[in-house]
Amino acid sequence: MKKEEVPQDNGSLAKKNVHELCYAVDENGRYTTVPSTGWEAKTLALNESLELIDERIAATRQAVLAGEASPIAYYMELHRMDVSLLASYVGIHRWFVKRHFQPKRFAKLSDKTLRKYADTFGITIEQLQSPFPHPNT
Amino acid sequence: MKIPFEHRQSAHCENGVISNLLNHRGVPISEPLAFGIGSGLFFTYLPFIKVNFAPGFSYRPMPGYIFRKLAKRLGIKVKHQRFSSTEKAKAALDEKLRQGIPVGLQVGVYHLTYFPDEYRFHFNAHNLVVYGKEAGEYLISDPVMDYTTQLSERELEQVRFAKGALAPKGHLYYLERLPDHYDLQRAVKKGIRQTCNDMLAPVPIVGVRAMKWVARNIRKWPKTIGIKKTNHYLGQLVRMQEEIGTGGGGFRFIYAAFLQEAATLLDKPILRQRAAEMTSIGDAWRDFALNISRIYKNRKSGNDRYDQLAEQLTAIAEREKQFFTQLKQDI
Repeated sequence: MKKEEVPQDNGSLAKKNVHELCYAVDENGRYTTVPSTGWEAKTLALNESLELIDERIAATRQAVLAGEASPIAYYMELHRMDVSLLASYVGIHRWFVKRHFQPKRFAKLSDKTLRKYADTFGITIEQLQSPFPHPNT
Repeated sequence: MKIPFEHRQSAHCENGVISNLLNHRGVPISEPLAFGIGSGLFFTYLPFIKVNFAPGFSYRPMPGYIFRKLAKRLGIKVKHQRFSSTEKAKAALDEKLRQGIPVGLQVGVYHLTYFPDEYRFHFNAHNLVVYGKEAGEYLISDPVMDYTTQLSERELEQVRFAKGALAPKGHLYYLERLPDHYDLQRAVKKGIRQTCNDMLAPVPIVGVRAMKWVARNIRKWPKTIGIKKTNHYLGQLVRMQEEIGTGGGGFRFIYAAFLQEAATLLDKPILRQRAAEMTSIGDAWRDFALNISRIYKNRKSGNDRYDQLAEQLTAIAEREKQFFTQLKQDI
């Protein structure tokens, strides 16, 4: 890659005024570093991955509203986690975490257990229990 | 307290931390040199491990590997510590800072507040340097950032004790002892030799053979797992290759820069020519990524597109095979 070919396509890094360093050759063929604001090709790849996450969040949200899943499942997706990762954060075995996805069992959880989940997600117990106060907005 | 520490941005976090820590002690090792001596160039395909709903691809060895190899080859003693208690982890860090020693930390990315949201995934092998503490805030030199940043005690605890795969468990490290003199030439040769062996390894999940395996699978995926999943897998490949830290082209450009430095260090002009070849291989990787991204751009895609990608990847693998066979003979 030549120095002047380093792409400057204003990716998500540019918003925080962060550049990433690329290695490229100058006119004498010697290597140097050039800050880049992003490259469209990889922004597209990243967006594809983010869209997938958004789809999962939306699907879980529908499931929670329909009463098929507990809010824990929704917050897990929101925080880009999977079951085993969530289990290690709350310190509860993944079998039980999975059971807590059932709305019936979620309703019976003690405050202590709810606290663990709420702390992991950085929210209050009230927010955990009713994730969508205005479901139509 | 604030340790006078020079923050220099680098492409990759691990090389950057090594290079900055060594520079602080008066050992001028550039990022490409650290990367080359530590045998950082790699390729591995782990179809049985799922990362972010896609198989594991990596253009670099296991986290921590580059640093360990570099330290061993230069005779540097590095002290590593992990903790089970967050208080002890904090106390150990504060103690080292009080002694005026900048400390390297392994951290999780997800809770790093200064990262853009798009980059906050549960990835636990990021590295940064803490070089002081002022008014309860830790002073952070994160090598992939343009500028230095700060984290509160609570924020730093969160990133040091992130959970999941490769959990850092408060992992900290610092340079304990530097050798009186070190043999840079020998270290460079060792680094190059190992990279050649890694890339030509006779196992299917590492090096050139792994690339060919991925290529074969790219042909198969559209039929076996469908277009949507295939595209997601390919996207993962692009991200591993180009995302923050590789310096472009899946570390190939950094490696070419290293070969240029090695040519001067070892007084072997042939390596300058190899560097130019590596640059052109890096350009081929960039083209490969570009072609994958075109699939997203113009949604319609026939199966022959995937065949073309597979051919492209096979061609790159062939070139790298030749390249490393020759490089091995040059050294």
